[in-house]
Amino acid sequence: MKSDLDRYLEDHDRHDPLFVGIHTGGVWIAQRLHRMYGSDSPLGKLNIAFYRDDFSRVGLHPRVTPSNLPFDIADRHVILIDDVLYTGRTVRAAMNELFDYGRLASICLAVLVDRSGRELPVQADVVGKSLNLDANEHIKLTGPEPLALEMTTTE
Amino acid sequence: MRIKINNGHVICPATRVDGRGDVYIADGKIISVIDPMEGFTAELELTLNGQYVCPGIVDLSVHLREPGFEHKATIASESEAAARSGVTSLVCPPDTWPVIDTPAVVELIHQRQYRVDKTRIYPLGALTKGLAGEQLTEMAALKQAGCIGFSNACRPIVNTEALRRALEYAAGFAVPVFISPEDSYLKNNGVMHEGQISARLGLPGIPETAETTAISRALLLIEQTGVTAHFCRLSSARGVAMIKEAKQQGLPVTADVGICHLYLTEIDVDGFNSQCHLLPPLRTDRDKHALLDGLRSGAIDAVCSDHQPHDEDAKAAPFGATEPGASTLEVLAPLMFNLADTHGFSLERILRALTCQPAAIAGLDAGALEPGAKADLFIFDTNRQWTVKADELTSAGKNTPFDNWEMNGKTSHTILNGKVVYEDP
Amino acid sequence: MTAFNPQLDQQGRLKHFLSTEGLNRQILSTILDYAESFAGVGDRAVKKVPLLRGKTVVNLFFEPSTRTRTTFELAAKRLSADVLNINIAASAANKGETLQDTLHTLEAMHCDMFVVRHGNSGAAHFIASQVAENIHVINAGDGSHAHPTQAMLDMFTIRRHKPDFAPLRVAIVGDIAHSRVARSEIHALNVLGVSDIRVIAPKTLLPKNIENLGVRVFHDLAEGLQDVDVITMLRLQRERIKNAVLPSEHEYFSCFGLTEKRLGVAKPDVIVMHPGPINRGIEIDSQVADGERSVILQQVSHGIAIRMAVMAMVMGSAPSEKPGEKAGGG
Repeated sequence: MKSDLDRYLEDHDRHDPLFVGIHTGGVWIAQRLHRMYGSDSPLGKLNIAFYRDDFSRVGLHPRVTPSNLPFDIADRHVILIDDVLYTGRTVRAAMNELFDYGRLASICLAVLVDRSGRELPVQADVVGKSLNLDANEHIKLTGPEPLALEMTTTE
Repeated sequence: MRIKINNGHVICPATRVDGRGDVYIADGKIISVIDPMEGFTAELELTLNGQYVCPGIVDLSVHLREPGFEHKATIASESEAAARSGVTSLVCPPDTWPVIDTPAVVELIHQRQYRVDKTRIYPLGALTKGLAGEQLTEMAALKQAGCIGFSNACRPIVNTEALRRALEYAAGFAVPVFISPEDSYLKNNGVMHEGQISARLGLPGIPETAETTAISRALLLIEQTGVTAHFCRLSSARGVAMIKEAKQQGLPVTADVGICHLYLTEIDVDGFNSQCHLLPPLRTDRDKHALLDGLRSGAIDAVCSDHQPHDEDAKAAPFGATEPGASTLEVLAPLMFNLADTHGFSLERILRALTCQPAAIAGLDAGALEPGAKADLFIFDTNRQWTVKADELTSAGKNTPFDNWEMNGKTSHTILNGKVVYEDP
Repeated sequence: MTAFNPQLDQQGRLKHFLSTEGLNRQILSTILDYAESFAGVGDRAVKKVPLLRGKTVVNLFFEPSTRTRTTFELAAKRLSADVLNINIAASAANKGETLQDTLHTLEAMHCDMFVVRHGNSGAAHFIASQVAENIHVINAGDGSHAHPTQAMLDMFTIRRHKPDFAPLRVAIVGDIAHSRVARSEIHALNVLGVSDIRVIAPKTLLPKNIENLGVRVFHDLAEGLQDVDVITMLRLQRERIKNAVLPSEHEYFSCFGLTEKRLGVAKPDVIVMHPGPINRGIEIDSQVADGERSVILQQVSHGIAIRMAVMAMVMGSAPSEKPGEKAGGG
């Protein structure tokens, strides 16, 4: 994934990007990547709870860790990192939230797992692994130490 | 109409009757109680199975709302409710509009009563004009018109001198003055008992002293003026103790309590329950028990419904903005009979407080089942269970704190002046 | 307390926020946690989150209040709701229309939430009992009964300075009898597990049986402030003097006014709160109000986050078609 990301950043000529992980799994992946790159900027953490499109149906999530973007985002390249890309709704919410922090230069989406079941026109720029799963099959990242992928099937 | 009631359990505290037997009625009068009458031909026979046959209830306070507040209730609607409950005589306070401070209002009430003819209505005349607590009313004329006593209703006379003169003047007419003991300054803007619930709800409280200082002031003036006085709606333990002591000293005083105060307390106000917004307020559990003890010991002479029917809007507002009072006529009898089961009261004691004692206080020829007496009576069936449903009350006032309460017993028949005015289907 | 709590829906979620009484520690802590998340929104380029987009919040104020109404308005707007401010002064002109009529008129305009301020205790409970199932009610102060969002922003302020509630000693000073803030604070502090809650006031400003709410009563300021961690000063209304509850402002200040000197008996790191607006020189000295122990201005900014949290929570309890469905996942 790191090498794919390297190539992507080089191809697109994006230097000194900011790393932003989406709570919770995305933050764990982002932490690894952030460490590997040894970036000078701090790691950003995004909690999209206030941007979810299902609020009026399910209400707020029981625990909301605040978003923490300890930098000025304006005119910067951002690498948005999540664990699993599924329907695309989380990424939609995350992009909306990012823009509320300022007008950024670009977003590159990096995900550990790209699984089938997209509901929105969203695609990842960098993918760790692609999986073709049925709607009743779920994949989840557990962590933070050790990081592991867990598969479950519901009826 | 000639009526024979067979096989009832007749209880009449006034005549000390308590036993199984028949009651004979003719021409609006009772002919015989228990003593068999050979050759009596009845047009109507009611055959019972030991249900209680009691003198009609004399209720010392029923707000009829007419004239003036017909959107709440009318003489017709509330007479209907009285008949359903076994109340054959009721006293209505003078806080109608116009106030009962002229014979014309008394006549109007009597006219309506005759037209409906379901219960007897005895108005109290206003003690002061417009209940304003300043000028005296024409008490001679009011008495002549049919007022059985005088009262300033729930509008305390603030000026002590005015109260003294009113009591003094009334003392000359040999009728009782009904006093609702309340010190308006101590009550201030209070809407419930001052205590732990008012502290929590942040509702302005009415201290117990609002009642006790008013009783104390009135007792001294009663002593001074020699008037016969009746204290309406005691609510506190201290108030009961003061009346008890005054009686022991030989003062001509009596007292009553409203039925709600024997069942409910300040705790029922919790959750801002406006149906329990009453005046005087519901007080503590300790006070409730003192009222029950007062009833048992005779310190309290009578229990009344203190029936106050309201329209829906009167109770549909934030608690402090609602009007006080509850619609209680229809639960008076069952809740009183229930005291036998729940608090070990004798039926004799219960009926004494509902019949002959209130009749004596109001100076009415009522409350006794004996040959020659007016045939006002009711039959109470402790086997008829029912559930109070606010919407189904006969009274125009649906404002009951007892909504959905289970009642063990019901009035099955009410006979007024020798005629059946209510029969439970 | 009746078993039925009108503030909760069938799943035990906060549906209306009427009082801090009768809510458990988990709900109150959740409000504080959410407020912590919302607190950051005001620092961003776009000071809005889209949670209540398309919803209409009505500020229904039967009593004038610029401060509380403004923070509720700002909170609603930061949640992207549309806000309607209705001020109904208790003027004779409005007497004809009952409170119920007003509510039903507003309901017909498809409003989603009423933020209510009313002079009568129990008004918010009454309104919550009258509105349609899908409308949420937040109490912005009813009579002397409750002001739960103010109490929660005070809890938020306390927690930011002193994260553990249990060992705290908290003193509330002043007109407890007429204070909805005091009542709501006392309940919240009890629920959050504060072990020592004190009220300090002359007897005329204390309701009878106040100790039943779980507080210790003091009539002497120096005694009551001994070793406290938190002090809430309450505003003294002028009519208390007019109504012969107190002799004079001067005497009140000399007995119960908070000064630097009096602060000496409290813990060195004590924080001083005040729900505002402040009467300088009556209940609190300017030196204290503007001093380093004062957190009064923080309270105001915390007020927005708390109100956002409460609005989001009650709105999030809307009847759901498919509870638990994870439509926002992936």
